[in-house]
Amino acid sequence: MKITVNGQAMDVADGLTVEALLARLGVPREYTAVAVNRDVTPRSTYGTVTLREGDRVEIVRPMGGG
Amino acid sequence: MQDTTLVLGGKEFTSRLIVGTGKYATLDVMRDAHEAAGAEIVTVAVRRVSLPGTGESILDYIDTKRYTLLPNTAGCYTADEAVRTAYLAREAGMGEMVKLEVIGDSRTLFPDVPELVEATRVLARDGFVVMPYTNDDPVAARRLQDAGAACVMPLGAPIGSGLGIRNPYNIKIILETVTVPVIVDAGVGTASDAAIAMELGCDGVLMNTAIAGARDAVAMARAMRLAVEAGRLAYRAGRIGKKLYASASSPLEGLPDWTS
Repeated sequence: MKITVNGQAMDVADGLTVEALLARLGVPREYTAVAVNRDVTPRSTYGTVTLREGDRVEIVRPMGGG
Repeated sequence: MQDTTLVLGGKEFTSRLIVGTGKYATLDVMRDAHEAAGAEIVTVAVRRVSLPGTGESILDYIDTKRYTLLPNTAGCYTADEAVRTAYLAREAGMGEMVKLEVIGDSRTLFPDVPELVEATRVLARDGFVVMPYTNDDPVAARRLQDAGAACVMPLGAPIGSGLGIRNPYNIKIILETVTVPVIVDAGVGTASDAAIAMELGCDGVLMNTAIAGARDAVAMARAMRLAVEAGRLAYRAGRIGKKLYASASSPLEGLPDWTS
């Protein structure tokens, strides 16, 4: 299925969990947050939330700023 | 003279200088500047990770046991965007504090106050320690306090401009208007600007570009630390009144007689 992650189109396996997506992308968990279709995904649900066709995923971390 | 602490969301801070993490020449310089500034709170932006997510992280250069992270909502133009960004930061484990920015104009980066008040209300109700970046407007400051802000952070001048405290009288009126801490955020260009903010009675100063953009960022960080401390001490010491004419510092009596 096709999803969008941080604005990039990606082809991933059906039923991919947020947890599996983070592992696949090599994103560190500490200080990372995820939103799917504008809503924040609680950390405790990464293993159970499955992504669906067309989902828009945002993965964020702290960056330099003022 | 024993000073009080800066209290934000029930947490006490000794340092009254909050510094940013953006625009440094290198992350090593940033780390040294944070140290030289004596800061206890550092601001960070919340941004998309680059994919794959294996790059260098700013967190490799910030000891989070020592520094409190203050995530910002920079780049948000609506209350909704800012609120969602704050929720992301909290879920990421950056704590309850948020430097709330809702920008109304991309050229001046002036805040959109109605949206800012709305976002403050929503986040304060949900337990955030809301630190809104606002105009140097006493009425806006009062509305933010009423909406549950933990402090108000009026700009001294536009973000990154280095123009200093353009309207000290409004800052003074804000200090008389609200009971929450007042932290000047944005506009500081050099050490005297920070000292002026503190001499007015502000509770703290937040800056990024003035340090990060200086030729020697680490030296400027130290200058800012000293300026904030000096300004604070001068405020607490109580300055003399201003007078139009001279008032001699040496006794007028007891002058030797030089007449021949």
